[in-house]
Amino acid sequence: MTHIMFLRPLIRGVGPLFLFLALSGCALSDAPILYPKGPIALAQRNLLFDAFWLMMIVAIPVYVLTIAFLIRYRRENKSAAYAPDWEGSWKYETVIWSVPAIIVVAIGFLLWEGTHKLDPYKKIVSDKPAFQVQAVALDWKWLFIYPELGVASVNELAFPADRPLSVEITSDTVMNSFMIPALGGQIYAMAGMRSELNLLADEPGVFTGRNTMYSGDGYSDQYFQAHAMTESDFSDWSDKVKASASTLDAPTYVELHKQSIADPVTYYSSYEPGLFKIILRKYAPVVGPYESEAAELICRGAA
Amino acid sequence: MLGRLTIDALPFYSWVAMGGAAVTVGGGIAAFLLVTYLKAWKALWFDWLTSVDHKKIGIMYIVLALVMLVRGFVDAIMMRAQQAIALNNEGYLPPEHFEQIFSSHGTIMIFFVAMPFLTGLINIVVPQQIGARDVAFPFLNSFSFFMTAAGAALVLVSLVVGKFSQAGWTGYPPYSGIEYSPGVGVDYWIWALLVSGVGSTLTGINFIVTIIKNRCPGMTYMRMPLFTWTALCISILMAFAFPALTVVALQLALDRTLGFHFFTNGDGGNMMMFANLLWIWGHPEVYILILPAFGIFSEVVATFSRKRLFGYASLVYATACIAILSFTVWLHHFFTMGSSANVNAVFGIATMIIAVPTGVKIFDWLFTMYRGRIEFHPAMVFTIGFMVTFVIGGVTGVLLALPPADYLMHNSTFLVAHFHNMLIPGALFGYFAGMNYWFPKAFGFKLNEKWGIRSFWCWIIGFYLAFMPLYVLGFMGMTRRMEHYQDPNWQPYLIVAALGAVFVLFGIICIGIQLYVSAKEWGSSKDVTGDPWNGRTLEWATSSPPAPYNFAVIPEVRDLDAFHDMKLRGQAYQAPSGYEDIVMPKNTWLGPVMGVLGFLLGFAMVWYIWWLAALCFVASLVCVGIRACDDDTEFVLPAAEVARIEGARLAAIAPGDLHDMREFAPRGAATGAILPGSA
Repeated sequence: MTHIMFLRPLIRGVGPLFLFLALSGCALSDAPILYPKGPIALAQRNLLFDAFWLMMIVAIPVYVLTIAFLIRYRRENKSAAYAPDWEGSWKYETVIWSVPAIIVVAIGFLLWEGTHKLDPYKKIVSDKPAFQVQAVALDWKWLFIYPELGVASVNELAFPADRPLSVEITSDTVMNSFMIPALGGQIYAMAGMRSELNLLADEPGVFTGRNTMYSGDGYSDQYFQAHAMTESDFSDWSDKVKASASTLDAPTYVELHKQSIADPVTYYSSYEPGLFKIILRKYAPVVGPYESEAAELICRGAA
Repeated sequence: MLGRLTIDALPFYSWVAMGGAAVTVGGGIAAFLLVTYLKAWKALWFDWLTSVDHKKIGIMYIVLALVMLVRGFVDAIMMRAQQAIALNNEGYLPPEHFEQIFSSHGTIMIFFVAMPFLTGLINIVVPQQIGARDVAFPFLNSFSFFMTAAGAALVLVSLVVGKFSQAGWTGYPPYSGIEYSPGVGVDYWIWALLVSGVGSTLTGINFIVTIIKNRCPGMTYMRMPLFTWTALCISILMAFAFPALTVVALQLALDRTLGFHFFTNGDGGNMMMFANLLWIWGHPEVYILILPAFGIFSEVVATFSRKRLFGYASLVYATACIAILSFTVWLHHFFTMGSSANVNAVFGIATMIIAVPTGVKIFDWLFTMYRGRIEFHPAMVFTIGFMVTFVIGGVTGVLLALPPADYLMHNSTFLVAHFHNMLIPGALFGYFAGMNYWFPKAFGFKLNEKWGIRSFWCWIIGFYLAFMPLYVLGFMGMTRRMEHYQDPNWQPYLIVAALGAVFVLFGIICIGIQLYVSAKEWGSSKDVTGDPWNGRTLEWATSSPPAPYNFAVIPEVRDLDAFHDMKLRGQAYQAPSGYEDIVMPKNTWLGPVMGVLGFLLGFAMVWYIWWLAALCFVASLVCVGIRACDDDTEFVLPAAEVARIEGARLAAIAPGDLHDMREFAPRGAATGAILPGSA
């Protein structure tokens, strides 16, 4: 153990760094997963914490026993008992198999219940109807379509805070993963496939969302702000978007589909009807006429 | 003529690429000059490259692993440096380079550090632990090694000619498909995996047969040392899991080169099938990497606690359980793909069940230390560092096995921290413990303990500094593989992580110094008896380094701790009544030649040089034909020569060299008289 002394200067150097970290520890209060802003994320986090504490029943004895045995049974300590031929004991074996097993059964129950309760496809029970949004992963930005409002936006998501948010997700590029950490877990976005995420915010606020699945050069910048808004703010926002001069027709979409990094927030006052379905259909192995010229342009122009 | 290989493939487009190429080429030239300076070309060829001796092949595997460890670590510290500075700026690495670096880091560390390291240790130790003279198929062993080396060479060459993959070490399509990754990078990745995968599959088959068929008399399954048990389990895993990787990589290659649609976005392709097949290999692979380390810890903890292993049967069953369960949990790598709650919950619970046998193992090692006489040899210190740190990885592993928690933590740096927590303290510390433990067996002299302990402290401090911040960053919402980021709160943690990488660098330097100092002082740390640590298992019965045939007379085993038992019974170091002729496999040039052909085949496929690929394929078949028709693959070592070698060995052992076995004597019998065989 004395050999560690050569590290002393290094360790002294690290000390101030830890102090620095501890001081910046207040930064942790912004950590979206430790301090979630919605019931789904909170339930997911609580499950994680519960399982963590349950496992401490096994982990803490490991630390205590390791330290105790290392001190007591070190070679220099000749006064300690020594049993060179002791090779096992049913009593000990029963305990070390059954205690972890019981804990796993306990966590297993939590897991089964939690997984069903927190199924991302499960609609959130609320007295107000869910707000529907369609999210499309593009290289390297997010397109949000609002069927209820007839508008679309890029790299900004807005929704009324008092209604559950129901997101239908697909990708018009490689595999992505859609996540707003403060509100809940993620789900993959895959071309030709539709996945779903149901989230809810506690109160109005702005949360960062992003693609968490590496997808190429613009991946680091593929994030957006999700705004949970009060009723009046949201109606202002929707008026602002509806007043936008741009519309997301087929040629605009083909242009938008091209690779680009760190796109500014863009609003579209309307979008090509059935856009989300057309994007899904783009990768479907179906033969036959396209339902419209616009659909053909979107499917072939960008394919 | 040269496919798509043109002068543009040379790295004159950026200083990072040029630097990497210069170091690679420079390293190659330095190695060439060193061998020339030492006039060692003949020895290198006749004594090493063409050898089919499992001990020499094992040493070559470990040399390969250590060289690639340095390369993989350079990638790691470059990434940590980039993330430490890249807050709202591009850092010093453009995305294109950063992506190649994280892809090659993962590929190298898994396939060309961990795999050759553990295969090397198994090669050196397992035949000796089971009292065998060689593996079942010595030539196949040599061939497997050169396939692994050819794969590693492909990754290294990608630094000089062309680029490496930017699709991550898992190479998920559609990103790794030809549409989104048109260059040669992903092809390098595919062919490095395919070529080395052949080696791994065959190694698995080789050791299954070796362990089942070549055990000495008395070595029943339940008397096999734990390391041999883990070797058997992972050989089975290798033989069954690697074909899945080979298939999935071939499918991706077909997609890319011949326009197939296994995993493309459209035309009926399905990328979810890639994820399934990859992880059907990938999860057993985790246990392929870690179970041998568990075996090493079991050997080390018993030897340096001066005690029998606690709960041997428990450990064997736990190992077998883990091996079987490892095939049932692959889906937990993509809980977020949208499977139903039932599917996710079943795979989550299956994953957690693995924590039970793993926890049992930890307690078995703890109770081996209980009422022992613990010595802090570097191998033991690495083992203790493992036990304490691995618990954290186990806990975070169970957390990630909870699907709802995984929705939060998937793709985050928490995940990155978790698997490094399993693979550095879990696997790599085990390999280092094994290296410190078995080095005298392989080379005949001990490693310097002071520098071994120093390397341990640097590694463990470096590990905690580098990865604990990543756990925290996961909670702060940082995802993996980010070339730059916008959140200023992340930066302090990333600076600490970079500092951790610096400590790991010191750890690697300490290992280098340890090897250098030990080699320089080898005369004073010679292992005359072949049993430097008062070992318990059969590999310590041979000389250090062992004679080519390991055992002049095949031993007979009576106990789990076979050699310990022989020492107590006074059977160790006894000259037998006579020696017999020993049949040994001959060296062959086919292994290295087929390795070169494998490398060229991969290189040709990467660059679409079809004629060369076809030529190499045919030439490989010809080599197989030559070997199959060769009836003259063995030679006889005459009994007189064996007698001479063994006589010299026994004569060199002075009574004072032997271990005092009195402390192991049954209570009351320790009269002070030296037991027979111990002096």
